[in-house]
Amino acid sequence: MENQAFTPRIVGFLCNWCTYAAADSAGVSRFKMPPSVMVVRVMCSGRVDPLFVLTAFFSGADGVLISGCWPGQCHYQKGNLHARRRTALLKSIFDTLELEMADRFRLSWVSASEAPRFVQVVKEFTDQIEQAGPSPICDELFL
Amino acid sequence: MPESLVISKGAEETTRELLRSLLESGKVSAVLALGRTGSGGEGVAYSLFTDPTAFEEGGAACPLFPFMPANAGGLLSRLTLQGPPSEPVAAVVKPCELRALIELVKLNQCSLDNILLISSTCSGVYPLDAGVDGALEEKLPGYWEAVKQGEVDEDVRPTCRACVNFVPENADITIALLGEADLDTQCTLHVNTEKGAAFVEGLEGASSSGELESEPVQRAVGQREAFREELFAGVEVGMQGLIRTFGRCIGCHACKTVCPICYCRLCYFDSQDAERSPEFYEGELQRKGGLRVPPNTVFFQLGRMAHMSVSCVGCGMCTDVCPADIPLSTLFSKVAASAQALFEYQPGREVTEEIPLRTFEQEELVQVAT
Repeated sequence: MENQAFTPRIVGFLCNWCTYAAADSAGVSRFKMPPSVMVVRVMCSGRVDPLFVLTAFFSGADGVLISGCWPGQCHYQKGNLHARRRTALLKSIFDTLELEMADRFRLSWVSASEAPRFVQVVKEFTDQIEQAGPSPICDELFL
Repeated sequence: MPESLVISKGAEETTRELLRSLLESGKVSAVLALGRTGSGGEGVAYSLFTDPTAFEEGGAACPLFPFMPANAGGLLSRLTLQGPPSEPVAAVVKPCELRALIELVKLNQCSLDNILLISSTCSGVYPLDAGVDGALEEKLPGYWEAVKQGEVDEDVRPTCRACVNFVPENADITIALLGEADLDTQCTLHVNTEKGAAFVEGLEGASSSGELESEPVQRAVGQREAFREELFAGVEVGMQGLIRTFGRCIGCHACKTVCPICYCRLCYFDSQDAERSPEFYEGELQRKGGLRVPPNTVFFQLGRMAHMSVSCVGCGMCTDVCPADIPLSTLFSKVAASAQALFEYQPGREVTEEIPLRTFEQEELVQVAT
């Protein structure tokens, strides 16, 4: 279709203490990045229930990004390590059922001081989703 | 500790006698076992028995009946959620029910205190819809013939025919059934724990060191593994596959209701949070030009997988109750197999083993985050 006009809609669950601060800092520093991520601020990446990710996909997101503090730097000690296990599980479910969502779902660690890394993650992920095209779920009536 | 007791009576009789003597001697205050409901024996349901005569020949209890009207793991959770019984209660459960029970203990939904667990090597159960009007009674001779040969009767549930975890773990007492050719005249009780030993004390029988992992058991594992692969290969994958599979889902959520692992009192999918606003429906219609009502069929199943697949014990209750005949258990077992392999976890194996989603390692799964 009009693939050139396609701007991916990515739902980003960003941890309040690290990635949200990095995203804020990237904005304040006026770094250029694609306007593709719709940010949902969560207090910790460990707050993200797999249902949030599924809700985003089934509501028409082309991609879902979970981003939080690096392992060992979680504001709540271990929330991100739980997030990592849940992500691994959800990816495994997607892989077993050969669902395309596996390639549209990313977990990235971005600390508060890594605004350039946040920009890079958003660029990379946006490119990847752009290549993949709009999520086929979006037009599916019989979900 | 493991030792076994060979009793020169049939398995059915030995089981009845064991339970009757436990009640008569006051070692247990009640027995949770299957029983025939009503005088005509129309149905079979789990019941708590306190009267020893229920276990006499022709009594209401039928502890080894190949039927699973509910996952007894879930039932024991309901019985002990508020606290364990004050006096010992014996429960006769199948291996998958035992696994569910162990998972529920880990989830703080159940207590094992004062519960004596009796299980057996399992040759499967018949689907629920075969249990009407006494139709099952006619199948019983064929069932036990198959058990003796270490085979599975073709009419038992596909989930059971594909089950490779049919040797119970964590049972205090295990009754050897599968592949025991002299089932009608002799029975071996494997006493696995100190707790179990205290309860069988005084039972007449020759002690032996027989192994549960007999040759017929090994053979059955191989056969069932092959059937399991066959079932897994038939699972429709991809979003289109899921849509086809769940296209006939009527959204009754019965699969969730009978699932022993789905213990939440209020499921997200039954909650107010899952209700959609008129704006949502209007938005969806504008975006897609149509919408299945009620929505969230595939979402519900994927959500359930994300929440419970690491603990899925493959008991098959979901398939059994599905009014639309969706092979849920096959799908869930397939997903569970890879999810459990990811964390090298086997539900129901050990009560002290943490459920993977409740714990973590500092250094692991590095490739998951990019």
